[in-house]
Amino acid sequence: MSKIEIGAIITTPGSSLNYKTGSWRTMRPVLTPENCIFCNVCWEFCPDSAIEKADPKTKTPIKIDYDYCKGCGICVQECLANKNANLGNALKMITEEK
Amino acid sequence: MGEKQVVKGNFATAVAAKLARVDVVPAYPITPSTLFPEQISQYVANGEMDAELLLTESEHSAMSAAIGASAAGARVATATASQGLKLMSEMLFIASAMRLPIVAAIGNRALSAPINIWADHSDTMAERDSGWIQFYAETNQNALDLMLMAFRVAEDHRVLLPAMVGLDAFVLTHTMEGVDVPFQEEVDDFLPSYKPKFTLDVNNPMTFGSFGTPAHYPEFKYQQWDAMWKATEVIDEVFADFEKRFGRKYEKVSEYMTDDADIIFLTMGATSGTARAAVRRLREKGIKVGTAKITVFRPFPFEHIKRLASKAKVLAVLDRAVSQGYGGPVFADVSGALANEKERPLLLNFIIGLGGRDITFADFDYIAEESQKALEAGDAGWPVHWVNLKTEILGGGE
Repeated sequence: MSKIEIGAIITTPGSSLNYKTGSWRTMRPVLTPENCIFCNVCWEFCPDSAIEKADPKTKTPIKIDYDYCKGCGICVQECLANKNANLGNALKMITEEK
Repeated sequence: MGEKQVVKGNFATAVAAKLARVDVVPAYPITPSTLFPEQISQYVANGEMDAELLLTESEHSAMSAAIGASAAGARVATATASQGLKLMSEMLFIASAMRLPIVAAIGNRALSAPINIWADHSDTMAERDSGWIQFYAETNQNALDLMLMAFRVAEDHRVLLPAMVGLDAFVLTHTMEGVDVPFQEEVDDFLPSYKPKFTLDVNNPMTFGSFGTPAHYPEFKYQQWDAMWKATEVIDEVFADFEKRFGRKYEKVSEYMTDDADIIFLTMGATSGTARAAVRRLREKGIKVGTAKITVFRPFPFEHIKRLASKAKVLAVLDRAVSQGYGGPVFADVSGALANEKERPLLLNFIIGLGGRDITFADFDYIAEESQKALEAGDAGWPVHWVNLKTEILGGGE
């Protein structure tokens, strides 16, 4: 453990980058990239900004930033591909393996 | 050395802030401390003081602003009392835990209800766990001197804790007394400008007021604990240096006629002068009494209290505050400090002068009488006594 300064003062700027809140997760969303329809609804809803936007022009699917994703499952709930019975599911939740 | 002036206690604390070259004064006026921001406002308006006077919308905001200014590296002073100190309470703990050496003058005043503006120590006693160093003045001279010394102690890098100086409402805050006001050069020499250990600076960013999980929280509290005990040494050093420069002697606990005393009155604040006069009167009647006053209440002066107690057969602790359901807070701490002593005096507690009720020689006669009774019986009995209580007006509506 590193030494603490008095008064809980943190002398190194930007140290929050070292704090990966994704470690709190008990479940994780998993993407099936070929089923992503690039709608970016998951990106809109993600409360932790842990989704990297899809690009419909280049047909690049979304990406999930597991450093900060806390596994709330909102993206899976809102995924338009998941809601459309004619399309394959793009996102699903699986139990996090510790 | 210095210039003799006849001034009120609040003026003494304000002039101390000016002499200390305070940078920021965030304040919200409250009786009996109002003269402090008033006086600072005059100094700033007259160009006698190069300070930012921030008149905030509440005491909570005043202490919040003090925290921000202190974190930015400013020397900060404020003043409040009673309800104002209560409204600051949340921020007091943050100031001490963030290790910001803010200095506050507190016009010790009773707490509502019923609303009362007079002298009483309940306000600062209820903040004795706030992590602030606590000084108590007996005179206006003490108020000035202790303010100056408070900055030196608080800003010492071994300490870095805020400090409050208590002065009794009206008895000191509004009473004119002869005070030796030191010259600016003398104070500059005694109190160099504040050199913060850490400071908010855009060119060297740091996080102040960060989160502390169970993984680190106890260690931060232990660091405060350690700093408080370092303050006991620093206070001795500063008292000694102050005496050398200004010729006025300060002690954490000052004793008077205690060496051969059977009964010792322990006081704090302006009552201490009355106690010494009462001791002289009682000595004339052949009663072997002495008295001692506490000037530094936090960090608690364990060694001084133990030494004092070893001289007495009865230690009569006067409290101008009461912890309902226990007794006086000074009594509680003194009793705790003596708990492991093999020999200790009988400990009595006198709740006195609440809400500004005058403290008179007759009260000291009563205290001496109760102390003698305990001494003769060899038993303190129930130790807590209320002094000069009008029992005849109790019981209305029953």
